[in-house]
Amino acid sequence: ERSNLAGVRHILLVLSGKGGGGKSTISTELALSLRHSGKKVGILDVDLCGPSIPRMFRVQDNDVHQCDSGWVPVFVDQDKSISLMSIGFLLEKPDDAVVWRGPKKNALIKQFVADVAWGDLDFLIVDTPPGTSDEHISTVEALRPYKPLGAILVTTPQAVSVGDVRRELTFCKKTGLRVLGIVENMSGFVCPHCSECTNIFSKGGGEELAKHAGVPFLGCVPLDPQLSQSLEEGRDFIQEFPKSSAFPALAHITQQILDGTAQQSS
Amino acid sequence: MAVGASSMAGTQQCFNQDSIARTLYIGFSHAAPSRGYRQFVLERRPVPRYAVSGLNRGRTSPSSGRPGQGATSGRASSPPAPGLCFGALLATAAVQCGSGGETPTQRGWKQSCASLFPVGWDGWFVFQVALLDIDICGPSIPKMMGLEGEQVHQSGSGWSPVYVEENLCVMSVGFLLSSPDDAVIWRGPKKNGLIKQFLRDVDWGEIDYLIVDTPPGTSDEHLSIVQYLGATHIDGAVIITTPQEVSLQDVRKEINFCHKVKLPIIGVVENMSGFICPKCKNESQIFPPTTGGAEKMCQNLNVSLLGKVPLDPQIGKSCDKGRSFLSEAPESPATLSYRNIIQRIQEYCDQHHFHEEKII
Repeated sequence: ERSNLAGVRHILLVLSGKGGGGKSTISTELALSLRHSGKKVGILDVDLCGPSIPRMFRVQDNDVHQCDSGWVPVFVDQDKSISLMSIGFLLEKPDDAVVWRGPKKNALIKQFVADVAWGDLDFLIVDTPPGTSDEHISTVEALRPYKPLGAILVTTPQAVSVGDVRRELTFCKKTGLRVLGIVENMSGFVCPHCSECTNIFSKGGGEELAKHAGVPFLGCVPLDPQLSQSLEEGRDFIQEFPKSSAFPALAHITQQILDGTAQQSS
Repeated sequence: MAVGASSMAGTQQCFNQDSIARTLYIGFSHAAPSRGYRQFVLERRPVPRYAVSGLNRGRTSPSSGRPGQGATSGRASSPPAPGLCFGALLATAAVQCGSGGETPTQRGWKQSCASLFPVGWDGWFVFQVALLDIDICGPSIPKMMGLEGEQVHQSGSGWSPVYVEENLCVMSVGFLLSSPDDAVIWRGPKKNGLIKQFLRDVDWGEIDYLIVDTPPGTSDEHLSIVQYLGATHIDGAVIITTPQEVSLQDVRKEINFCHKVKLPIIGVVENMSGFICPKCKNESQIFPPTTGGAEKMCQNLNVSLLGKVPLDPQIGKSCDKGRSFLSEAPESPATLSYRNIIQRIQEYCDQHHFHEEKII
């Protein structure tokens, strides 16, 4: 019997040691950016306690349906170019807390990996919660037979965040997960009134870490309130704000991923 | 493992009047300024660090009851009996955040708990504050408190927490890791075991406030801490959010969690609430409150909004250097916010205790 992940060409994990560093934002923007490059993308949201992905695409009220091969992922538009799976769709009320211990979380993650009928996808992006615990161990174990492309690590420039991402790098090493690169998020803020750039969360920590750890540095994404707003309202930032300061950074990151996959296939 | 002066943490142990009345005062670590006076030096053996890569050497087994069991350094006497020893604990506030990343605020106001009353060497009234970091996978507190590289020492009465100031001590898994690259890749049960050990085997001494810093989410750590502290008393939870809906979404779940486990909510803090450009002084909303921010959410859910803390680049810098933001930037609007929030928390705790005493 054909596995539900057989039609997925590349699996990418988005990891971060710290919470609040913009993992889900980067996952979402990566998906949108890949779609604009003509790719079919799925996002698997394994953050069971804090599922953010559905709202970022304004589909938080959608339901999940069953089909013969399993669960049907939620499509964000008519083109079916981006599909999602998240526990967010399975909650009766959006404010319901998922207060589960590890074993129950592990069981659901196994189901998410095996029982979602993704169909044919160019990329499956797996958005994880912060840390290196049950969800991460289970996700990597469940995905291992499908040989994920690798992991993108998201950090803010601050040393405190970088400190956690160092541990995340160790996790990747220990679990045999290839690190595609580090993204330094929230890297600088350009004041809309006077164009002065302030490094609110310091700068350079992510780049330094990449150098120190010998992994590629994918780029700095600056703080952009337009980006925050788009995500809040479930709009397509890539489409609406190509002139934003965050856009070139995101486009560059996507390009490096595409180049990486092209290299891999050749 | 040699116990050098630089690796000994400062500690002040106040035994209660019934036990030995001596004040042990050990030199401060290099992170905190030296007070210039020492009374006793107690020989302490550091808890050996262990590579936390899934190896269970019995240290985190909840049934062991003895920190360092199986450790190479060996120990002369056993720690206090199993069971929580918080007779002297006056107030515990669990700090929770929904989506994570709000730690600069936590650190800021925790530090100020300790610094609100100046500690003169002959000063009487000072809050003893303890900070317990149960973010096992992402322990940031040691760095933020300038305690990176410190070790946990053990003695007859248990593990000694690491002291930042005379009246502020910290315990975190970060002190048990031998390298900043060490990852704690543990499933829930093992994390729970360590949390239990932290509560049972750490010799906190007499403290006024125990603040528990939790990781984001509503999972093992949160369930365990509420469960384990259930026998004593948790004054309440302080929940941190940013103005964004994506954060509020998670915080509503945290609030729900608190209701489910009957944990009182002291209030919500809105962090990263606005940014004042240092050049033109105009305010920008970097994380726009598209759904009314924490204020609206608190109104809807009938929870107190303790305060809003604006974004100040100095906060991040101070945290990274392990210094107190409140001391480094006393004039910052963020400092004022922090102090107001702490005041409100203290008022809540005081009222609460007064009320409890009345009932008794």
